[in-house]
Amino acid sequence: MTLSEGTGLAVPGAATEPPGGAAQKRSWAGESSESVVRNLVLVGVLVALIVIGAVTQPELYSDSTWVWNNMVSILQLASVVGVVTVGMTFVIIGGGIDLSVGAIVALAGVWCTTLATQSYGTIGMIFTAIVVGVSVGLINGVLISYGRLVPFIATLAMLVSARGLAAAISGKQTQISSNAFINSLASDRVLGVPLLVYILAVVAVAGWVLLNRTTFGRRTVAVGGNAEAARLAGIDVKRHTMLLYGLSGLCCGIAAIMLTSQATSAQAAMGNLYELDAIAAAIIGGTLLSGGRGTIVGSILGVLIFATITNLFAINGLSTEAQNMVKGGIIVAAVLVQQFRFKSVTQFIARNRATTTS
Amino acid sequence: MSEPDVVLRLTDLVKTFPGVRALDGVQLEVRAGEVHCLLGQNGAGKSTLIKVLSGVHRPDAGTVEWLGQPAAFANPQAAMKAGIATIYQELDLVDDLSVAENVFLGHEPRRLGFIRRGAMADRTRRILGSLGHEEIPARRMVHALQAAGKQVVSMARALSQEAKLLIMDEPSAVLAHDEVENLFRIIRSLTAQGIAVIYISHRLEEIREIGDRVTVLKDGRTTAANLSAKDTPTSELVSRMTGRTIEYVFPPRPQEPPRGEELLRVDGLSRAGEFRDVSLTVAAGEIVGIAGLVGSGRSELLETVYGARRADTGTVTLGGRKLRPGNVGSAVRAGMGMAPEERKSQALLLGEPIYRNMTLATFSGLARLGFTDAGRERAETDRIAASLDLRPRDVRRPVGTLSGGNQQKVVVGRWLLGDTRLLLLDEPTRGVDVGARAELYRVIRRLASEGVGVLLVSSEVPEVLGLSDRVLVMREGRVVRQAPSHELDEDTVLDLVMAGSLMEGTPA
Repeated sequence: MTLSEGTGLAVPGAATEPPGGAAQKRSWAGESSESVVRNLVLVGVLVALIVIGAVTQPELYSDSTWVWNNMVSILQLASVVGVVTVGMTFVIIGGGIDLSVGAIVALAGVWCTTLATQSYGTIGMIFTAIVVGVSVGLINGVLISYGRLVPFIATLAMLVSARGLAAAISGKQTQISSNAFINSLASDRVLGVPLLVYILAVVAVAGWVLLNRTTFGRRTVAVGGNAEAARLAGIDVKRHTMLLYGLSGLCCGIAAIMLTSQATSAQAAMGNLYELDAIAAAIIGGTLLSGGRGTIVGSILGVLIFATITNLFAINGLSTEAQNMVKGGIIVAAVLVQQFRFKSVTQFIARNRATTTS
Repeated sequence: MSEPDVVLRLTDLVKTFPGVRALDGVQLEVRAGEVHCLLGQNGAGKSTLIKVLSGVHRPDAGTVEWLGQPAAFANPQAAMKAGIATIYQELDLVDDLSVAENVFLGHEPRRLGFIRRGAMADRTRRILGSLGHEEIPARRMVHALQAAGKQVVSMARALSQEAKLLIMDEPSAVLAHDEVENLFRIIRSLTAQGIAVIYISHRLEEIREIGDRVTVLKDGRTTAANLSAKDTPTSELVSRMTGRTIEYVFPPRPQEPPRGEELLRVDGLSRAGEFRDVSLTVAAGEIVGIAGLVGSGRSELLETVYGARRADTGTVTLGGRKLRPGNVGSAVRAGMGMAPEERKSQALLLGEPIYRNMTLATFSGLARLGFTDAGRERAETDRIAASLDLRPRDVRRPVGTLSGGNQQKVVVGRWLLGDTRLLLLDEPTRGVDVGARAELYRVIRRLASEGVGVLLVSSEVPEVLGLSDRVLVMREGRVVRQAPSHELDEDTVLDLVMAGSLMEGTPA
């Protein structure tokens, strides 16, 4: 399970393999074969979107330089939201929601580009963005865990006040970043790919390892899947929930630096509606909104699908209004498909239980 | 006295669920204007019987005769319409609606689709008045009422539908002492109007006071019908309920009663409204069982010992170390483990594989530098699964695909992985079939022989007596008797559990 899309293309046949007989037992033997199938479907959707692009704009797609540049621009478009989505995925798997991510990105971006902060140089700016992101995330976490606020309310309040603070700090002005290193993250390329895309890759891989290979990830699934069971097994559910929001804040801090670099400036309105993009991407990627289930790979694929749709509409000269309507439709379609799949899985479990008890 | 009208007659009623014959020939005859008491142990079939009468379940065989006519209620609404109202223990009221809205829920007086709020409130006031509770405001939100008030609202709802039979499932369990008297007064006024009441309670004193006749159930059968509630001797009632025919296969106890060093000491533990001043000890290698009815505070006690609830007063000491109150992590680190009452909602991640469920309390310990070691987890789980004879053995299957008994083995197995010194088991065999029960009993006894202390709670008296070395009997939040299990028998325990009265002050 890695982010390579090249190998994924050969396998989609596996997704259509009829679930029955020996194949069924085999599929259950795998740890998360269900999510693998799900992710292969998402890869299929991504490929279909690219094919649509090639069919509607054949002359553009005949130019291989253009195709490469277009792919790179899709990835660049996805990179900032992608980093935010990784954090969001953890929060949702852990049974919560974070509506304040866009506002945290703005606050961290504005704070790290004040003249005072910029005077401390590159390290000072990065340090500031990350500390602001983590701190605001932890405040969310404390309010939710120990203040027993509903995540929706706590982070909604944070959405409003963090953006307010960002506007106050910046005096509603756009703050230009004059830091060459930070600005270079978006403009410089290694092997023809912008550095921002590498940052996304590193965050995604780190998120995957954290979720699938560490005790932190295991606790996240346990807390989101059955908080009472986790508590009675001795897991400190409150502390872990708090840390999840801190992690989301960390991702927002990183995203703030990336977004600042992209615009070579920061302002209080930046990262607007990122919370909705990130939640939508996670949902499309198969993360269960009630917690306990989700994958980083799925979420990244969700982000890429959204970015590809945006790109598809742009190269066809269509309006953003039409684009938004299609995006809304895709969210609904994705959830409907998942409900259908999930039902068949629970039915399978029920049937299986009946046979084992008799 | 002329023969009163029989409103309800059940003949040879049978209801089976997969693997269980819940009702296996129930006879019941209820007359208008009487209080008919149903008596039986947990699992005797009382709940199923109520559900059949209220239209939740349909009987497989036998006849229900209602007001002289054969009847079959397709759903709860049909039973309600026919005049049978049920008041469940957990009252089924909508907290955020007013008293009047609850009383007329589903059959609101309306005109042109609009609820006639005034008429509804008037009629509610009249009904509450007839119950002697005109002081409850019809427009008050239900969540603002005490349990007793809610019960009155529940009864008012039944009356609003002109019920002829009222089924009450342990109505006194949620009430304080003086409120029970009030409940009895209401019941008497209902029966005076010719309404029949089926009254279910474990408290013999209540049955003596309010009941007219008693029917006893055991293993889904009527073992005695229409006894006089006032003067049938207690010994006869109890003997009709006991001696269950289900075969329990208990592993033999060790010859010497195990007196290892003291492991758990609970001193003066109390929680308001749940249990008072409980002290107990468990030695290493000893199985201590707690017998008591639902609502006697036993599960709450267990959860408080474990730290899942915070004690008001009192201390819990494990192996000489005092535990932080209200902190599960502290209890687990000290070597305590618990298999909670509600397996699915409190213990398992149903969609996750068996091994991850089994290592839920230990995966951190098996990890290296924060990185989980799935291979080692599976190997350890495999070892435990083999010793528990888990079926199927494939530890990568989602735990939700297992049978109840095997799910319970996973929960118990969770605590065999670490170095658990004291295991708390709350209803370990609920929803577990007979074969798996015997296996679980063997596992528990084997653990004890390896030096693990076990504190066990069960509603099934034979289970507590058969498995434990020592037994504590709880009633209304107090430990009323402590004895080695061979000094007690089922009748004695049932007597202790039920005979306590609300009116008699503190029990001996």
